[in-house]
Amino acid sequence: MLLITCPWCGPRAEIEFRCGGEAHIARPDPATASDADWERYLFLRENAKGVTLERWWHVHGCRRWFNAARDTTTEEFLAFYRMGEPPPATLRARLGR
Amino acid sequence: MSGAWRLPRGGRVDRARPLRFSFDGKAYTGLTGDTLAAALLANGVHLVARSFKYHRPRGILAAGCEEPNALVQLDRGGGREDPNLRATQVELFDGLVATSQNRWPSLSFDLAATADRLAPLLPAGFYYKTFMWPAGWWRRVYEPRIRAAAGLGRSPSRPDPDRYLHRHAHCDVLVVGAGPAGLMAAAAAVMSGARVILADEQAEPGGALLAEPGLRLDGMDGAAWLAAALGELTAQPNLTLLPRTTAFAWHDHTYLGLLERVTDHLAEPPPHLPRQRLWRVRARQVVLATGAIERPLVFPDNDRPGIMLASAARTYLNRYGVRVGARVAVFTNNDSAYATALDLAAAGVTIAAIVDCRADPGGELVQRARAVGLPVRPGAVVTGTQGRLRINQAFVAPLDGGGRSSPVVCDALLVSGGWNPTLHLHSQARGRLRFDEKLWAYVPAELVPGEQVAGACAGSFALADALREGAQAGVAAAAAAGYRAELPALPAVEAPSWSEPAPLWRVPLGRGRAWVDLQNDVTAKDLELALREGFRSIEHVKRYTTTGMGTDQGKTANVNALAIVAAGLGQGVEAVGHTTFRPPYTPVTFGAFAGASRELQLDPLRRTPSHAHAEALGAVFEDVGQWRRARYFPQPGEDMQAAVGRECRAARQGVGLFDASTLGKIDLQGADAAELLNRVYTNAWAKLTVGRCRYGLMLRDDGMVLDDGVTARLGPDRFHMTTTTGGAARVLAWLEEWLQCEWPQLRVFCTSVTEQWAAIGVCGPKARDVIRAAGTDIDLSREAFPHMSFRDGSVAGLPARVFRISFTGEIAFEINVPSGYGGALWEALWQAGQPFGITPYGTEAMHVLRAEKGYIIVGQETDGTVTPLDLGMDWMISKAKPDFIGKRGMARPDLARADRKQLVGLLTRDPTVVLEEGAQLVEDPAQSLPMRMIGHVTSAYHSANLGRSIALGLVQGGRERIGQTLWVPMPAQPAIAVEVTRPVFLDPENRRLNG
Repeated sequence: MLLITCPWCGPRAEIEFRCGGEAHIARPDPATASDADWERYLFLRENAKGVTLERWWHVHGCRRWFNAARDTTTEEFLAFYRMGEPPPATLRARLGR
Repeated sequence: MSGAWRLPRGGRVDRARPLRFSFDGKAYTGLTGDTLAAALLANGVHLVARSFKYHRPRGILAAGCEEPNALVQLDRGGGREDPNLRATQVELFDGLVATSQNRWPSLSFDLAATADRLAPLLPAGFYYKTFMWPAGWWRRVYEPRIRAAAGLGRSPSRPDPDRYLHRHAHCDVLVVGAGPAGLMAAAAAVMSGARVILADEQAEPGGALLAEPGLRLDGMDGAAWLAAALGELTAQPNLTLLPRTTAFAWHDHTYLGLLERVTDHLAEPPPHLPRQRLWRVRARQVVLATGAIERPLVFPDNDRPGIMLASAARTYLNRYGVRVGARVAVFTNNDSAYATALDLAAAGVTIAAIVDCRADPGGELVQRARAVGLPVRPGAVVTGTQGRLRINQAFVAPLDGGGRSSPVVCDALLVSGGWNPTLHLHSQARGRLRFDEKLWAYVPAELVPGEQVAGACAGSFALADALREGAQAGVAAAAAAGYRAELPALPAVEAPSWSEPAPLWRVPLGRGRAWVDLQNDVTAKDLELALREGFRSIEHVKRYTTTGMGTDQGKTANVNALAIVAAGLGQGVEAVGHTTFRPPYTPVTFGAFAGASRELQLDPLRRTPSHAHAEALGAVFEDVGQWRRARYFPQPGEDMQAAVGRECRAARQGVGLFDASTLGKIDLQGADAAELLNRVYTNAWAKLTVGRCRYGLMLRDDGMVLDDGVTARLGPDRFHMTTTTGGAARVLAWLEEWLQCEWPQLRVFCTSVTEQWAAIGVCGPKARDVIRAAGTDIDLSREAFPHMSFRDGSVAGLPARVFRISFTGEIAFEINVPSGYGGALWEALWQAGQPFGITPYGTEAMHVLRAEKGYIIVGQETDGTVTPLDLGMDWMISKAKPDFIGKRGMARPDLARADRKQLVGLLTRDPTVVLEEGAQLVEDPAQSLPMRMIGHVTSAYHSANLGRSIALGLVQGGRERIGQTLWVPMPAQPAIAVEVTRPVFLDPENRRLNG
């Protein structure tokens, strides 16, 4: 069971949360998006081996969404940050983007 | 007397407190402090089991959790039945009733032992190749018979009456194992002020100190030092000592599962205590001091009762005062077994031989054995044994093959093939292992975050090393958890040292089967067969031969198996790798995992505020998710169809009463509430005036229907949204996710009010009459209160929100009152409705009534692949809005295909036939199998109002097929002809609705 640090409540057990999948997926402008754009937005995900950015919901707590950086190979969390914030600069090298 | 094999003194048992017990119906006496295995051995009972596959006689191999053979069934009465318990861990209590398993009619005469003579026909994987013909016999004939013949204990037949609890604990340092290393680690950590949990699977902490008399610590013997150390430790308030507690799982982020056996050892458990307690411990740091498990040796006929691990015999002698034999032979590749021989000799047991595969053993213990005249046979191995139900002879020959074998008469043969550090938890934590070619054992290759290891589990078998490493691990753990810790003083130790072991994975001499995995009856030959048949990966060899499986998970078998496979492949042990360690370390009862989460505490039951009123009216209920809803209200002599028919007619001709409280309700407040609705629903909301309602269809962003419901505008900035019963939580989550993640600039608060409001529907031509009779200050007239509007007021003297909305196609009012008034409202409407023949109706009639009107139910007409266009609900989609969730998704070219499944009505040619929901539709029922299925039935009912059956379905290009005949093929009866129609069967002009 992962130990997840909600930016609003502090460290809590995974059972209080729900994972919302990959974070920072921008919804394209529906007026101009091609079918391929929309497919990418709806269905295509990184599924990274290594550091992944994902969003979590503290559903059985404060019910706030937030972002987390998790290494999928070790289950180590590298950062937790609030919705709307960019990933911490310290992660950029490990993210390779 | 507690058995002829008990010593007059010595051990940690209480000779003043004998205990009676029975095994296979025979009465015995043991002592307080015994395990069942110790008590059986004290009574001279070695034969305790029949093996899994061949039903070979088996004895007690070990003295701990690694025991592969001695599995017993315990019955405490009242449904308290436990199969597959290890006799070596069952603590004796007065009146204990144990039976052996997997034998018939008895242990000493087992008819199924013929399997042993058929062994050449039953090699590894035999069931994959022998039972292939005739096809179909595997499932019906072979498998049931094999399962009946091979097996373990019986599953309990009745519900478990015991109570189990969960504890959720946090600590700075969790120490697993209370042997010398664990005790020192706990002492070092606890002195720093850290919160420490010290867990040990045995009844008594102490580990090796409990069974090794030759040790001196600070001038004290092991027991005295242990008592002093424990006294000091347990006086610390920041230490929690958990005996009888197995750390069985290491999960992510140092989250460990511990099973505490609270009352299993008691004859009469006090009622206030749970039987077992599952601890879920989040530790900052974990110190593994889990010790090591001795390996048996692999040689022909090494499985007879009386053949035992040397360390186990030592434990039985020193801890329980039990001799495992009168004339004992020892077979070893290392020094540790010599300690057993010396202790046994000192207790008066004859040592028939110490067979050591090493040509020139020279360690301290070897010299001592020689000094007291024990017959050491260096450079020799055991090549076979004899004795049907107990060993009576071992054959010894020089390892180099240069000599004849000679018999050694013995009644026990004690074996030691070296020691395996207990690394299950380390490995579960994804710690890598390294094979050490000095110890000939796997040791930790590196530590994982939050982990320290100490003592034998780290490959340090000497007492002084274990104590030092334990202290260091405790200091390191406390420091990592944020405490200032100092290395405590280490006791001065006198303990014999060990010289180097020699690897001996399989005796190369002798004939007969050499057993590797005793629990699964796997021989060295079975492993070699698997290699000959092409298996290379150790994981495949494991699965093919079943080695390392079962309740013991190969604790005594795995490393021997790895080494034999490595030799067969001509590789090193490390190159072969090892199988994956998975939780649990030892078996855990389902009761412990379930804890208090049974029955209603697992799945709560939700009742509406007027539940008792429906019950009083004789309602038949159904479960809808967690809700219990009235399905229909039968009158005497009525079956479901008659009751539902009567309820449906009443709702259209008179007046019906319906409990709609389970509908999801969400209160939306904020300046941007209307904008939110505009974005999440397909239709336009900005112009909805206060006091009006609107039906809304909610899509996912791929264009598929997510939910539907009616939302009312209570004020300029306030809306009351309803959702489907099952969708309440999902829709609230959906709104919150979009608000927080995509549209944080929108100012809206969403609050679930499902349980704050009771909702009672009054439906039918006489609905107004009933509400007026109940008393209301709301003008219910058609002009003042049109369809799809909302009024605040009072009904029957209760504060009420009244919605004129309809899911039946009739005039209908849904009266919402604070849920505490729900029962009172139902009662008032029921009383007021009596002169009008008010008829309560349930969910079944509700389903029929809405289907007559072609109203969809999300989750019945939709399944996550259905768009509004498929449902023919184009009228619900705003053309003017630039965007809403699902708009762009719906515009994908595939969703505009003309042959998508579309919602249609289906009328059977025979009006009395009601289709089956889920049935498939075809064009030609005479076509060959597999038929081309072009759609399916989503809803089907008998409609009393129409006097015939009706159905809705999703059919490819359905709207183009209106007027066509399709067929529903049925098993074992003729296909049913249906006509495709529009999905509205009654009042398509909505005259009744707007009346």
